Amino acid sequence: MRYKKMAPTSITTWLRIRGSYYFWVLVFFLFIFGIASFLYYATVKVDYVWRWYRIPQYFYYHDKVEILSEIEGKITKIIQKNGQAVVFIQEDGQVKQYTVPFKSLQVSEGDLIYPGDVLSSHEALRPGILLLGLWLTLKVSMIAISIGIIMGLITGLCRISSNPALKWTAITYIELVRGSPLLVQIFIWYFVLGTVLNAMFSRAGLPQIPPLWYGVASLAFFVGAYVAEIVRAGIQSIHRGQMEAARSLGMTYANAMQHVILPQALRRILPPLAGQFISLIKDSSLLGIIAIRELTKATREVVTTSLQPYELWFVCALLYLILTFSLSMFVQYLERRIVIS
Amino acid sequence: MIDVQNVSKTFYVPHIVKALRNVTCKVDFGEAVVVIGPSGSGKSTFLRCLNRLEVAEEGHIYVDGIDILDRKTNINKVRAEIGIVFQSFNLFPHKTVLQNVTLAQTVVRKRSKEEAKNKAMALLEKVGIPEKANVYPDQLSGGQQQRVAIARSLSMDPKVMLFDEATSAIDPEMIREVLNVMQTLASEGMTMVVVTHEMGFAREAADRVIFMDGGRIVEEGSPEEVFDNPVEERTQKFLSQII
Ligand SMILES: Nc1ncnc2c1ncn2[C@@H]1O[C@H](COP(=O)(O)OP(=O)(O)O)[C@@H](O)[C@H]1O
Ligand SMILES: [Mg+2]
Repeated sequence: MRYKKMAPTSITTWLRIRGSYYFWVLVFFLFIFGIASFLYYATVKVDYVWRWYRIPQYFYYHDKVEILSEIEGKITKIIQKNGQAVVFIQEDGQVKQYTVPFKSLQVSEGDLIYPGDVLSSHEALRPGILLLGLWLTLKVSMIAISIGIIMGLITGLCRISSNPALKWTAITYIELVRGSPLLVQIFIWYFVLGTVLNAMFSRAGLPQIPPLWYGVASLAFFVGAYVAEIVRAGIQSIHRGQMEAARSLGMTYANAMQHVILPQALRRILPPLAGQFISLIKDSSLLGIIAIRELTKATREVVTTSLQPYELWFVCALLYLILTFSLSMFVQYLERRIVIS
Repeated sequence: MIDVQNVSKTFYVPHIVKALRNVTCKVDFGEAVVVIGPSGSGKSTFLRCLNRLEVAEEGHIYVDGIDILDRKTNINKVRAEIGIVFQSFNLFPHKTVLQNVTLAQTVVRKRSKEEAKNKAMALLEKVGIPEKANVYPDQLSGGQQQRVAIARSLSMDPKVMLFDEATSAIDPEMIREVLNVMQTLASEGMTMVVVTHEMGFAREAADRVIFMDGGRIVEEGSPEEVFDNPVEERTQKFLSQII
């Protein structure tokens, strides 16, 4: 307020007070600009033909959709109904109907039709392989995170329990998962557990579980261990007096946890939890090894067919960045809401 | 009301400390007992044993006739009848003053929101801060926080109130307002066990004074007996040091 009043009186006063701040803002943007320029310079210098215009087709493409007749006969009538056309084809007293978009209709009443004749032909927008990969990465990560939160909460509570069975089980789980590579865990889930389970299911006449779910399970199991440690640290960071006060009022352990400890712990848990979930989104790129076509595997496939690795890997990184940044923003929003309430 | 028989308590971590040694005492219904003694003499441990925040390893403790060390006793039920006020207040920082006072009423006593709120407002009135009902604890002074903590304990309609150095963490000019609330409670006939260094309060409000040292009850009697004519040498020494 005071500064604003002073500003019109003299620009030098303003510069003296706020100048150094804006100087460093300028330094920041120059720094970013410098890095961006260098990157651009590098892309120009490298012996590579950039074809960015070819990238959008991997997000969506136009597909020609033809509707063909399966029978031989005569078109007896065509009825128009809100943009759609219903084509009736008669063959020896038997009538078959086809519903096609009216605009792309290629036949008219009275036409003789043979099997394979095109009734209508139009273009449709289809999601490309990168968009499908992005969607799969998002889906796998979100399911794994949801299950991981529940597993982590339960494991974290077991970890601080005084019951040795619960406590030691939790410790074993946490240490095993944190101490071994995720890649190996995915292999174990899919090739060991998956083989055994699917063999059992097939013997019982049940359908097989697709690789996707072993992938989700391995990620959930993995992130659950980290969440457990974060939950434990969060709970233990709450002063002992809080639990004592709650219990002294006659609350059960569960009540005290629910109403007093966990709501307070949640505030401290959220930032490290966000970091963990961001890691998980990136770790999901390992699922490609068990034939789950998430974003990284999708990119790799496109790279091998299109031979445009530079553009595609840039795009791939950018897509991961969009996912992780959105998650980060969402968690910050949650944090702010919790602090207010 | 409270019957403590031969209670001992040892802490093993970080090192072995015999915090209580064969403590025996009784507190009658409606009596206000003040416990004094040097730091580390076991006063807090004694108080915390009474609602089993610390589990006494030897002896028996009966509160209102219930053996609280018995494994079959539902300790949550017993604790609901025993209010305790801590040196560090331990208010719930994520809840408003009103929510602090209503929470246990709804969760433990299963009172309706309306009933709990009415009771809470009456108690906040009693401790003198109804206007702070919708404020969070961190915006209150120490004295105000402690009065909220007292209201929170009273909301359970306890049969006994325990105070562990309730005024030790409070700025001197705020101590009086807390002591006044405690004094009112004592005069209303609440059964109280009060650990304090406020000798003035002890003289005025106590029916009986207990002096502890080294985990033992060294001397016990009316305020006049203990303060004016202490028998034990250790009591004399302690009193001479603090006055
Ligand atoms: N939770 C605990 N763990 C280990 N030692 C403790 C614990 N609580 C108290 N003590 C020890 O027990 C003795 C008595 O402590 P306390 O009852 O707090 O004394 P006072 O309240 O009279 O100052 C002290 O020596 C203290 O260090
Ligand atoms: Mg103490």
